Amino acid sequence: MNTALNPYMAAYPALAAVLPGQALAWLQDIRADALARFSSHGFPSAREEDWRYTNLAALAKQTFAPVVAAAEPIIDAEWLKPYQLADAWSLVLVDGHFCAALSRTDGLPESVQVLGMADALQTYGGQVAAYFGKAVDSAEHGFIAFNNAWFTDGVFVDIPAQLVLDKPIQCLHIVTQAGAVAATRNLLVLGANASAQWLETFVGAEVAYLSAAVTEAFVGQNASLTAYKVQCESAQAYHFGGLYVQQARDARFNQHNFAFGGLLARSDIRTDLGQGSECELNGLYLGVKRQHIDNHTRINHTQPHASSRQLYKGVLDGRARGVFQGRVVVAEQAQKTDSDMNNRNLLLSPDAEVDTKPQLEIYADDVKCGHGVTIGQLDEKSVFYLQSRCIDEETARNMLTFAFANEMVDKVANEELKIQLQGLLLKKFSSVIL
Amino acid sequence: MLSIKDLTVNVNDKKILKGINLEIKAGEIHAIMGPNGSGKSTLSHILSGKSGYEVTGGSATYQGKDLLAMPPEIRAREGVFLAFQYPVEIPGVSNVYLLKAALNAVRKYNGQDEVDAMDFLTLVKGKIKALEMDEKFLYRAVNEGFSGGEKKRNEILQMAILEPKLCILDETDSGLDIDALKVVADGVNSLRSPDRAFIMVTHYQRLLDYIKPDFVHVLAHGQIIKSGGPELALELEEKGYGWLEDGQVAA
Ligand SMILES: Nc1ncnc2c1ncn2[C@@H]1O[C@H](COP(=O)(O)OP(=O)(O)OP(=O)(O)O)[C@@H](O)[C@H]1O
Ligand SMILES: [Mg+2]
Repeated sequence: MNTALNPYMAAYPALAAVLPGQALAWLQDIRADALARFSSHGFPSAREEDWRYTNLAALAKQTFAPVVAAAEPIIDAEWLKPYQLADAWSLVLVDGHFCAALSRTDGLPESVQVLGMADALQTYGGQVAAYFGKAVDSAEHGFIAFNNAWFTDGVFVDIPAQLVLDKPIQCLHIVTQAGAVAATRNLLVLGANASAQWLETFVGAEVAYLSAAVTEAFVGQNASLTAYKVQCESAQAYHFGGLYVQQARDARFNQHNFAFGGLLARSDIRTDLGQGSECELNGLYLGVKRQHIDNHTRINHTQPHASSRQLYKGVLDGRARGVFQGRVVVAEQAQKTDSDMNNRNLLLSPDAEVDTKPQLEIYADDVKCGHGVTIGQLDEKSVFYLQSRCIDEETARNMLTFAFANEMVDKVANEELKIQLQGLLLKKFSSVIL
Repeated sequence: MLSIKDLTVNVNDKKILKGINLEIKAGEIHAIMGPNGSGKSTLSHILSGKSGYEVTGGSATYQGKDLLAMPPEIRAREGVFLAFQYPVEIPGVSNVYLLKAALNAVRKYNGQDEVDAMDFLTLVKGKIKALEMDEKFLYRAVNEGFSGGEKKRNEILQMAILEPKLCILDETDSGLDIDALKVVADGVNSLRSPDRAFIMVTHYQRLLDYIKPDFVHVLAHGQIIKSGGPELALELEEKGYGWLEDGQVAA
């Protein structure tokens, strides 16, 4: 990429001086490497296999600038209400900066370390270094390199061994300024036998911005992480969100990914499974108008006796486009792997489109792996059945669409979140009255 | 209540119904019998408004209105109910939700308030008990994973809740064991009333032992080739349809 033509590179020298972690040589190395990669490759191109269905040309035509210092937030608790769980601890990031005033951590056990990433780098740099960049690095793709070089803040959460948290921790990513890029970096660590629920919610003002967030999570031996992602970015926003997980032996990781918002939204979820560990990835993407919603998953079975389950469902209306690329890699020594991957799509309009590509790469011989894909329209027999039961056609179609999507919401164990998600679903496909 | 005149219907340019004439008055029960593929379900579907059929001639007048001009949901709200030969499974929509939505749609159509949640549960639980169904069925998805017999009972449950005026039962008795048949027949009989009419499509005289029809019609090759009283069903049971179809119709 030509530096002169890349406004991000041009603006970087001024920015570098105010980015967190100046004093940490290891981080400066990561940043320098990332910058070099971004400088030569830029954001991912459609020539890359993992990006062939998602064209970022429109993103390249605009320039988004990091918000350097945390401004006085223009939002308040009232604004947050539809998204912030009442019965949860919450960590709020506004325009890429941790906002203690809006966060709520009272009642969290003292042994849990929770703080903004910039603060964590300052105070516990060594501790962060043990994990940072260990689940994903700049070689992955342009957004990871960008995040490594540009991240301004994020949160660091360390849950010690044996601790079981009974309430979720919610990280709210909020962008309020037009033209802003929010590059946030989170690090989540669960010690052995610990158990936690982790929710990341992405929202923003109805303006154009770029959200480029990366979370690395380390789930200790026999620990259990239930993670949720609720992506409700503005209709003009570009969203990249990556979740990269390392599962130790016997660890359980259960993830629910709800992709509702954004003009162009891409989600990457990757996990490396330890021996005997389990992961379940559930996803629901809803696209309307001209939305482009891309979901990538990658499950690496590197050790024996691990199991993985995936079900992604998509509903696409208008001229929306959905992408599902799921890749399961079973290494030679990962015998007794048990894996299943399914992607089901509902197209509500003739102009809606979906590209789905489940991939199995199996190098072991004693495994059980399956996958399936469906793309279809609403079943006309069902529509007529409902009409014959007095329900008008539009309501019948909405009911069936809601039912299709709600299967994924129903899998959410947290009641408060489930209700919130149902509300968001109804808003998206309105006129259904429950 | 329902007057069908010279009704002809095509499916994919193939003539399926070739001039049906049928007069049904309130309070009556009409049984329609006939060989497989003769057009019985087609007639049921056309009356309830399923798409994919082309009416090429004739009419169906229901309570003085042109039935064929109404969208399916309006027919249903006007009191036409079809118990399907093959009820559809609807994952993700619970039985109780559908029942309530259906009932409220009719009530709204009739200018009534939505049903009170408690009253509704009392109503549904009473009906479900009468049909000897487990209450758990209320909270399961509509027909999903139901056995054949359970699906048929579920159709009758919906009918019992909606209290339609013209009930069309398309082979509701097929695939039921004798105990289930009695339960379903009781359900139907309890709905019999002077202002309600039934069309029962069946292959089996057995059903008519439990629900006594006023008229029996034989539908073959898209036409009603013979009509009579309940004794016709007994005759059909004995002789089959061959003697009618061969044109050796005794006067
Ligand atoms: N969609 C369709 N396309 C083509 N032919 C059709 C279609 N639907 C029905 N038919 C034909 O119409 C005829 C009548 O079918 P219908 O289902 O009405 O018969 P039926 O009397 O209900 O039979 P059964 O006793 O087996 O239920 C059959 O020959 C059937 O194959
Ligand atoms: Mg039939």
